[in-house]
Amino acid sequence: MKEKLEQIKEEAFKQIAESKELSKLNDVRVNFLGKKGELTAVLKGMKNVSAEDRPKIGQLVNETRSIIETKLEETKKALEEAELELRLKRETIDVTLPASKPITGHAHPNQVVLEEVEDIFRSMGYEVCDGPEIEYDYYNFEALNIPANHPAKDEQDTFYINKDILLRTQTSPVQVRVMEKGKLPIKMIAPGRVFRSDEVDATHSPSFHQIEGMVIDKGITFADLKGTLLEFSKRLFGPETKIKLRPHHFPFTEPSAEVDVSCFKCGGKGCRFCKGEGWIEILGCGMVHPRVLEMSGIDPEEYSGFAFGVGLERITLLKYEIDDMRLLYENDIRFLNQF
Amino acid sequence: MITSYKWIKDLVPGLEATPKDYVDAMTLSGSKVEGFKNLDEDLENIVIGKVLKIEKHPDADKLVICQVDIGKDEAIQIVTGAPNVVEGCIVPVVLDGGRVAGGHDGKITPGGVKIKKGKLRGVESNGMMCSIQELGSTTDMYPDACEDGLYILPEDAPIGDSAPKYLGLDDTIVEYEITSNRVDCFSVIGIAREAAATFNKELKAPVVKETGNSEDVNDYIKVQIQDKDLCRRYTARVVKNIKIAPSPVWMQRRLAAQGIRPINNIVDITNYVMEEFGQPMHAYDLNTIEDRQIIVKRAENGDTFTTLDGQERKLDDTVLMICDGKKPVGIAGIMGGENSMITDDVKEMLFEAACFDGTNIRLSSKKVGLRTDASSKFEKGLDPNLAILAINRACQLIEELGAGEVIGGVVDVYPDKKEGNRVKFDADKINKLLGTDISKETMLSYFDKLELGFDENTSEVIVPSWRQDLLCQADIAEEVARFFGYANIPSSIPGNSAMSEAVPLYQKVKKIAGKVARINGFSQGMTYSFESPKVFDKLLIPEDSDYRKAIVISNPLGEDFSIMRTISLNGMLNSLSLNYNRRNENVRLYELGNIYIADKLPLVKNLPDERMQFTLGMYGQGDFFVMKSVVEEFFHTLGLKKKTIYLPDADLPFLHPGRKAAIQYNGKNLGFIGEVHPKVLSNYEIKDRAYVAVIDLKTIEEFVDFDVKYVGVPKYPAVTRDISLVVPKEIYAGEIEDIIESKGGKMLESYALFDIYEGAQIKAGFKSLAYTLTFRSSENTLKDDDIAPAMKKIITSLEEKNIELRK
Repeated sequence: MKEKLEQIKEEAFKQIAESKELSKLNDVRVNFLGKKGELTAVLKGMKNVSAEDRPKIGQLVNETRSIIETKLEETKKALEEAELELRLKRETIDVTLPASKPITGHAHPNQVVLEEVEDIFRSMGYEVCDGPEIEYDYYNFEALNIPANHPAKDEQDTFYINKDILLRTQTSPVQVRVMEKGKLPIKMIAPGRVFRSDEVDATHSPSFHQIEGMVIDKGITFADLKGTLLEFSKRLFGPETKIKLRPHHFPFTEPSAEVDVSCFKCGGKGCRFCKGEGWIEILGCGMVHPRVLEMSGIDPEEYSGFAFGVGLERITLLKYEIDDMRLLYENDIRFLNQF
Repeated sequence: MITSYKWIKDLVPGLEATPKDYVDAMTLSGSKVEGFKNLDEDLENIVIGKVLKIEKHPDADKLVICQVDIGKDEAIQIVTGAPNVVEGCIVPVVLDGGRVAGGHDGKITPGGVKIKKGKLRGVESNGMMCSIQELGSTTDMYPDACEDGLYILPEDAPIGDSAPKYLGLDDTIVEYEITSNRVDCFSVIGIAREAAATFNKELKAPVVKETGNSEDVNDYIKVQIQDKDLCRRYTARVVKNIKIAPSPVWMQRRLAAQGIRPINNIVDITNYVMEEFGQPMHAYDLNTIEDRQIIVKRAENGDTFTTLDGQERKLDDTVLMICDGKKPVGIAGIMGGENSMITDDVKEMLFEAACFDGTNIRLSSKKVGLRTDASSKFEKGLDPNLAILAINRACQLIEELGAGEVIGGVVDVYPDKKEGNRVKFDADKINKLLGTDISKETMLSYFDKLELGFDENTSEVIVPSWRQDLLCQADIAEEVARFFGYANIPSSIPGNSAMSEAVPLYQKVKKIAGKVARINGFSQGMTYSFESPKVFDKLLIPEDSDYRKAIVISNPLGEDFSIMRTISLNGMLNSLSLNYNRRNENVRLYELGNIYIADKLPLVKNLPDERMQFTLGMYGQGDFFVMKSVVEEFFHTLGLKKKTIYLPDADLPFLHPGRKAAIQYNGKNLGFIGEVHPKVLSNYEIKDRAYVAVIDLKTIEEFVDFDVKYVGVPKYPAVTRDISLVVPKEIYAGEIEDIIESKGGKMLESYALFDIYEGAQIKAGFKSLAYTLTFRSSENTLKDDDIAPAMKKIITSLEEKNIELRK
């Protein structure tokens, strides 16, 4: 009996060694350990063994079984290992081949800049407001201290629907609408579409965007305006940015200023973007005119404030070095997909 | 506004800044400089020389050899081809290594032309004698220069001195952008006053006196203003024994530097005073003025009038005219008449300096179609006190130049005398507004330079009449800020007392729309809000459609931009078309923009409803169902939990009749989706199928629900049933799904269409649809018996619609 088992073991080891694939190995397992396997046959033949020898033989059979199982397991592992090795080798790819790009769309460059500006002001505690694009003459002009027949009305080349209703030429009317609500203090920006009667060319469009800003509270100063614009410019154009305020005139602010930022392309040394000046004009601003406060029901003796207006396209064109404004409204995907 | 820097320096003694420093400082104090040009920037090493001797060139007929005295010990030899060179003439000479501005043909070379000594046809030449063109100017500005030949200078020109300096070309022309509130700065004196304040120097303006002979002007002319609302002041003086001649060189040079062509003494004086004081003047031939009377009154409707440029102008009763006793002689503030203009043999002349209403002049100038130097000054609204200064200054110059005999006295009709304003002054309040700490004394010192007075008793700033912009303390604060220097004002951040509100819903919805579009490959476009009324035809929109009720712009940039859009498709289709025609493949675009819906047309009182539209458009890869998936993802992201309804029968003429649907949610129209109608595609020159979807964000806002509640992950397995249906072709899947949903009972978890088949194995007029239904209970594992009733209900209901189970 013992020899018989030894023989089975030898045979099993031989067949295991010959198995070069997992499926073959499984055949070996079935042949020896399966229900109809050789070892099982031995167990089945136990009934012919004397009762006293049975436990001994039984133990021998189990030992043999366990030895074969261990061998099978080892071999299986080795075969799996080899197979994986082979697969990994086979699956080698050329990692320098081009990436497969996800087809996602792109935001309009104006939108990218707008969101940046909005984020900056939101983080400084400003609310984002809006107002109608088709607006009353009153809000667009009169309430901003631009009375009928004021030359500024002509200069702005307004599109009119009728004598009282027009396409807003600036986002400033939103200031008035917010002030009229009477909730003070105010800290707002108002981005939006505005319209002026300019023929389309590389630097003009009859429809473009502005971002208006306004703060009204007790004790707001021109110094606050300067500080706010400096902070904004640094966040938008980089921490090294400097600003320069030049006196200017707007009917709805006094004192008023135009603001230049140090050229963010050359750092102020002078280049083709700043036309060698080192400075780029980006916005107009000033202290809200006391007449404007009064007209909106705010007491200029008690409250003061500042306002500013930025041309969104101006920043977009400069930032991305776009040389023709018309590109912004053509919507060629080869253009849009760059942002 | 343009000024010669030399003229400014003459008015502000001690002003020594370089042109660059000058323009920088002026810009920072509020007189923004647009640009400046040194007239001699390309002139180098040019002196005044005298031709001593001329000899023929041995080898060239057209050249001569000149010996030229340039103020040195030895004369230099120059070969020239100039036709007008003669012995003894005095000319500008550019020496070896020098530069001129351009050629004698008047062509200016940027950077100038370098002149080197060399040989002309074998004869040595050590420089070049110059024409006015080579010096960068013209015979218009230098009327005594030769048109094509050397500029022969006067006999007393100092030999050896700098020629550009002698000719006044050592000057800088500065161009300012003057804001509309600073009328006073449209004059050399106004700019000089700003310069004096900026550089802290004294302004030395010319002293104007009322001169004249012992006669009385009232014996020569009477003036009456009929329309006082349009003419605040009219001053007149008379000059007799006029001697027309060129004006003196100093005056010619100043005018030339200002870009004004010298003509003769009378014209030059009026131009000079206009530049100097900013007050336009006009001169009439007194002998053409009938009844020796001037009447200022409005024209009558239908009148015509010939201005001195020979053009006939149509007038109406808003245009102010200068008339004599019988007829109009000039359009007030715009241009004089041909019938009264000064000619070379004028004997007696009437000078006019008046103040007309700025707005009226602006409107009249538009109406008459004539904008002149005079009208562009008047339309800004001049100080009436300037008129008297200007007319006396002009008469003073007439006498100084010996151009005629000035009659004593001034006719001055000035019914409502204008005084300067008084503005309350409180240094503390100004500091509080600016965020500064400037002493009262410092502030007053700025005012002094600007000729603003101060009344200690009332603490008021006394504003001169030319500063019409200073009306309130904020205006005074700006004067302080300008001269303290904006750069010297500190920077601070306002205290954070205001808290911003939460981001409003419409902003969130817009943001989500953009995000969903981009994730699905759509890029953002922007198109105009106004378009052509022709788009309705292009979009096959019927005549009586509400879409055609568009708001019209009364003064558009042409018909193509004349109506406010009522539908967002045109912009999208134009953009797709542009991409298609540039051969861009697989284009997907979205736009977020308003349409404008009027409650009543024409718009009278109410503003229109501005509705934000989320517009998607694509061609190339993808189909109707790809577009539908984007729309549904958008709805899902907004938390729209009910089923969206697609109505294929909706009236959408611009879409393919078999591939379109209105989108409804909770009984409200959200927009539409579909394939663009082939005729519309052809109108937009797109030769591919294109798909669009438009969602009205204002409507969808009310259904937005960001509230998400966790539902337990199922513990028990689901049971699925596949059913394959034979369906009459005209029945929509949506109808089947409605039945499945309504009859499926509580345990129906979901359903999904997994196959559509139309073909040989299905009888004609039918199609096959196959669904997987998933049932699940949260309480136990379902058995067949549990779902049998629900399945039966579904199938029975389907059969009622003539839908059978496929065997």
